[in-house]
Amino acid sequence: MAKLSMVKAITQGLDEEIKRDEKVLVFGEDVGRNGGVFRATDGLQDENGEDRVFDTPLAESGISGLAMGLALEGFRPVPEIQFFGFVFETMDEIAGQISRTGHRMGGSRKMPITIRAPFGGGVHTPELHADSLEGLLAQTPGLRVVIPSGPYDAKGLLASSIRSDDPVVFLEHMKLYRSFKEEVPEDSYTVPLDKADVKREGKDITLVSYGYMVQESWKAADALAKEGIEAEVVDLRTISPLDEETIINSVKKTGRAVLVQEAQNQAGVMGQVASIIAEKAILSLESPIGRVSAPDTPYPFSQAEEIWLPNKNDIIEKAKEIVNY
Amino acid sequence: MKKIDFEQLKSTPNTETLSILDETGQIVNKDLLPDLSDDELTELFKQMVWSRVLNERSTKLNRQGRLGFFAPTSGEEASQIGSNFAMTKDDFILPAYRDVPQLVQHGLPLYQAFLWSRGHVDGNKYPEAMQALPPQIIIGAQYVQTAGVALGIKKNNKKTVAYTYTGDGGTSQGDFYEGINFAGAFKSPALFFVQNNGYAISVPREKQTAAPALSQKAVAAGIPGIQVDGMDALAVYAATKAAREWAVAGNGPVLIETLTYRYGPHTLSGDDPKRYRTSAEVDDWQRKDPLIRMRKYLTDKGIWSTDQEKAWEEEVNKQIDEAIKKTESIAPQKVSDFLKNTFIDTPPTIKAEIDAYTAKESD
Ligand SMILES: Cc1ncc(C[n+]2csc(CCOP(=O)(O)OP(=O)(O)O)c2C)c(N)n1
Ligand SMILES: [Mg+2]
Repeated sequence: MAKLSMVKAITQGLDEEIKRDEKVLVFGEDVGRNGGVFRATDGLQDENGEDRVFDTPLAESGISGLAMGLALEGFRPVPEIQFFGFVFETMDEIAGQISRTGHRMGGSRKMPITIRAPFGGGVHTPELHADSLEGLLAQTPGLRVVIPSGPYDAKGLLASSIRSDDPVVFLEHMKLYRSFKEEVPEDSYTVPLDKADVKREGKDITLVSYGYMVQESWKAADALAKEGIEAEVVDLRTISPLDEETIINSVKKTGRAVLVQEAQNQAGVMGQVASIIAEKAILSLESPIGRVSAPDTPYPFSQAEEIWLPNKNDIIEKAKEIVNY
Repeated sequence: MKKIDFEQLKSTPNTETLSILDETGQIVNKDLLPDLSDDELTELFKQMVWSRVLNERSTKLNRQGRLGFFAPTSGEEASQIGSNFAMTKDDFILPAYRDVPQLVQHGLPLYQAFLWSRGHVDGNKYPEAMQALPPQIIIGAQYVQTAGVALGIKKNNKKTVAYTYTGDGGTSQGDFYEGINFAGAFKSPALFFVQNNGYAISVPREKQTAAPALSQKAVAAGIPGIQVDGMDALAVYAATKAAREWAVAGNGPVLIETLTYRYGPHTLSGDDPKRYRTSAEVDDWQRKDPLIRMRKYLTDKGIWSTDQEKAWEEEVNKQIDEAIKKTESIAPQKVSDFLKNTFIDTPPTIKAEIDAYTAKESD
């Protein structure tokens, strides 16, 4: 088994799905000859031909609309939005059209579309490149929002997303693309959608997160262990719909929860997680639920990223506060 | 072309690219030669040299980690500076990420442009009188906003224009069509520039649209569209100047496509042009360089010399040194300040966040 970075695991996964199903099409701005601005589609056009992997004109609404039309013609489109901050350009196609097709046509049509996009902070991009906007789509019925936290999950979740007959928004945190490598099987495999994963077991407190914040939570858990606090790290993987069972089981075991998201606090995904815990596990709680999230401002200018983004120290501090409540 | 006939261009796009100064520095279109004094001509060229030097220094400063985001401009001086040179400080500019040179010439202190590049909000705190928005990152957004500023100018009975820039790729966005169509429908004084440098990052112009010229997209909006040699500062200036007069006179917007080229990578954040274009193509375009032909023209006229250019480059380098020094002396940003600027009427939840961050920041 080879050790791959997340971006390489994604490229490999895309290649396998293109070869596995002749209806899979990969397209977007700069994904063809250039192999994507992060090289996530590097070599895929040479390998599979321009029919299967191609550049589009510059228009995000056009890209998602194209995907919807191709789906109606029996294809399995995997479009890329170059940066998720540009999703506002195509909110109608994604949230107003693609995700509602099953509903508005009484289940007579399907939309097997996987919209990939890089997102997330900490890599010094210009404005509207790094924002955590997943919450906007997590509120959209009919849409799955999938966010891997590392190379192995990324490849398996991508395969499941592409094979799914429902539309998926698949978000790839830019900081995870090349920051570490993991064993990734060369053969094709799937990781289930709608299933959270316990990344680290612990008995004292549950840290729930997704995407890059899983890595920060993991580091926090290692640090907490040195002080005798055993934290369990739950990675949501699919942020909408949520895997309630895994969340509740963990909180029932530990009796405490700190909910970590990179996005701003207001109306974030973790607000929903908190509500599930309050509804279904409140009697197991030994202290209030803790939240770690970004301040309620737009994503900051790049020089201020470090002071704005939540990090492992914030998680450690909050976890201790909750454990010692 | 003897005179630019904007009325005619509304229904028929120009089939031949407007050019005035050719690659060898010769005037090929006397009829349209702009009425610029020797001082104005040298000033135009000095701004172009300034922009070239700024590009080189910015690239170096970026490599040293002293600047952040930078989208190279060299090759595009005639298009950027030539168009901006026909504007007044009272005109309203809505630039894109590559249009920092125009913004600085329009009045943005250079140290603020550097702050913007480094990712510091003070780069976008514009002087009160400045008629400008910060560089737009979302491709196309500036086009619809320009229609709004231009309608406002019209309603306020000002004798000015709103002007904006996008690239060849930008013309594929819905916002592009909406912007030119709104401005046309409201007959408002807007100038829309399409700087066609042949690529949208890696995607070549031919893949962007089946339209043979981008300027002809204006026809569908019922506004004049004109294609200009974007390596020829005199042609860009002449077209802009005439379009501005047409717009200020109440005739509505104009779309100007400049045919140009960027010598450098798309941005300095990892783009590798070798993946999508040949060095022979770059060499071809460098033979059309906007500075070479202007330098030749001015030198032949006897109003410019190598010594003058050297002295000016030194002066520009000094300005850049001072600006970057000032940039580096600005205090870092605070989250509490961001929070304070999120609402004018700050709600209680944000007030609580401000208090929490203020306490943290004073630790
Ligand atoms: C809405 C939106 N989509 C995509 C991008 C990413 N992007 C930045 S520049 C660029 C290419 C733009 O090409 P063009 O309009 O020709 O302008 P140029 O950079 O060549 O000056 C792309 C795709 C963006 N900034 N905004
Ligand atoms: Mg371009």
